Amino acid sequence: MSAPTRPRAGSSAIRRGEGLAGWIFTAPVIIILGVFLLIPVLMALWVSFSDWNGRGSPLSPRVGFVGLENYAAVTTGGGLTERNFGIALRNNAWYVFLVVPLQTILSLFLAVLVSRAILRGRGFFRTAFYFPSVTSSVAITVLWLFLFNKDGVVNEVLSWIGINGPNWFRDPRGIVHIALGNVGPLAGPDFLVQNGFLGISWWEWLAGPSVAMTAFILMAVFTTSGTFMLLFIAALVNVGVELGEAGMMDGANGWQRFWHITFPQLRPTLFTVLTLGLIGCWQVFDQIYTGTQGGPAKTTVTPAFLSYQSAFLNQDWGQGAAIAFILFLIIIVFALFQRWVLRDRPVSKRRARQYQVKSTSRVAAPVLVKGSKP
Amino acid sequence: MLSVLALIYIYPFLVQVATSFKSDAEATADPISLIPQTWTLAAYELLFTRSDFPLWSMNSAIVTIFVTLGRVFFVSLAGYALARLQFRGRALIFALVVGVMAVPGVVLLIPKFLVLNQLGLYDSYAGMILPLLVDAAGVFIMKNFFESIPVSIEEQARIDGAGPFRVFWSVVLPMARPALITIIILSFQGSWNELNHFIVSTQSPELTTLTKGVASLASGQLSQGNQFPIKLAAAAIMTIPVAVMFLVFQKRILNTAEGALKG
Repeated sequence: MSAPTRPRAGSSAIRRGEGLAGWIFTAPVIIILGVFLLIPVLMALWVSFSDWNGRGSPLSPRVGFVGLENYAAVTTGGGLTERNFGIALRNNAWYVFLVVPLQTILSLFLAVLVSRAILRGRGFFRTAFYFPSVTSSVAITVLWLFLFNKDGVVNEVLSWIGINGPNWFRDPRGIVHIALGNVGPLAGPDFLVQNGFLGISWWEWLAGPSVAMTAFILMAVFTTSGTFMLLFIAALVNVGVELGEAGMMDGANGWQRFWHITFPQLRPTLFTVLTLGLIGCWQVFDQIYTGTQGGPAKTTVTPAFLSYQSAFLNQDWGQGAAIAFILFLIIIVFALFQRWVLRDRPVSKRRARQYQVKSTSRVAAPVLVKGSKP
Repeated sequence: MLSVLALIYIYPFLVQVATSFKSDAEATADPISLIPQTWTLAAYELLFTRSDFPLWSMNSAIVTIFVTLGRVFFVSLAGYALARLQFRGRALIFALVVGVMAVPGVVLLIPKFLVLNQLGLYDSYAGMILPLLVDAAGVFIMKNFFESIPVSIEEQARIDGAGPFRVFWSVVLPMARPALITIIILSFQGSWNELNHFIVSTQSPELTTLTKGVASLASGQLSQGNQFPIKLAAAAIMTIPVAVMFLVFQKRILNTAEGALKG
């Protein structure tokens, strides 16, 4: 962002009254963001430390402060609450673990395919890939329930190649367990079954996403790849062709040129895509609410949905709010971790320079990575 | 390669439309065909004459119109002030706006309900609309746009004695059409597709929006009879407004997402 232009000397008379105008102009935004965002978050924070049961005002004197009790019930309580939270975390962790890499790779792949200069009908393909992104999650979920139903389109296509597809949205089996079951008898080793974290055993943690969750995973990849494709296309435009041509002169093949020349320059966009993907994936809610309500056997419950369920359906407001704030923390920690992993390291620059040195100086100048701000 | 991928992305929508014209039995027996053996409007008839679908559509339309109009105005007003007007506290306000953008929406489910309830706005149009009226990302986009316009253009008007609002309204805003269209598209899409805010801000059937209504269609009857033609017809109709918007502003939308990165 460029710095705001300062008034020239002598124009102060004209500028008089700007202070008031500035506040008036921004007042609606301040008030609405404050009343419907800032204050609510503070209120919810209070609720997460209280025993409010949903009746009356959470600020009334009858509501008691219970300290970390709600947080403790969710994370160390040893009861069903802790187990439910463990399951929700497990489900969502697998979702993140699969969706984030898949959507990133696919969107980059689509972007590279679509941006090839020779391609005709580029607009058509961009439209086709982006369209799912503008469609509401509810409508897409409804469509998905149809495609992945037991006698649905997906299973019919699978049957062409001799695969007997599962009853997707009703199958609670974890896909890792299914894969293991194909190789041998399905029983976990004792040390995995008897130890665990958050009320569920390591063996359950390692079950993988359920078949039902896998259908949601595919849906997420389907709906978000278009958006991220656009980000990568924009970045590819900035990369320019000169360095690639220089690489070609040096005898690098297509893959080498992509991996050693183009890809390092996509780093800022990659960071954006991974971060947005990660933040989005930890918030899965609409799809679950519309599609399975957490079933089958709780294998599609996510922390966001659990938070909603605890508060609005079970009237356990304190726990619901506590779950929401733990989720908030998880998102922040992951985003920071990603930032740290993807920080600019000198190695990659040196690698890029290898090519710049060999090519002429004419080439190097215009292709320096343009600073891109998300 | 690309064509196969494109087919995978497009086919679900084609089969969706096709299925909405099939009978219940045919939708289950032959899900994959794009041409119904017997065309029937039964699904649409049921939606429009014997369900709350028209009411849901109207609610969605009302909310979307108000939210879009409000956002365009408030967001550009604030964007202009943050880009151009010199006033004490500006940096603070900007920091607030940026900070707010970082709060994940799902964390706000319970908070929004709490405050709407406290203010007596729960289960009302006001409660549905007001919290969506302003959007931090929109302020950001408008601020960036206004900063790209040369100051000299406003100076003439200012020397002629126009006040800040006058300058904003008659000089700067008309120039901001591309950015305004972006905001309109984003808020239209956002509020039309919004689900979780309506879940936590309303309960009465009269205030059900399309997203909430169609979600109840989908989840409520998963076990008894598939009724896929009806569900898919509902989802398809729901998609039409955003699809039209998308096709009309295609160029702009596809470039907007790119522009968002360039900042």
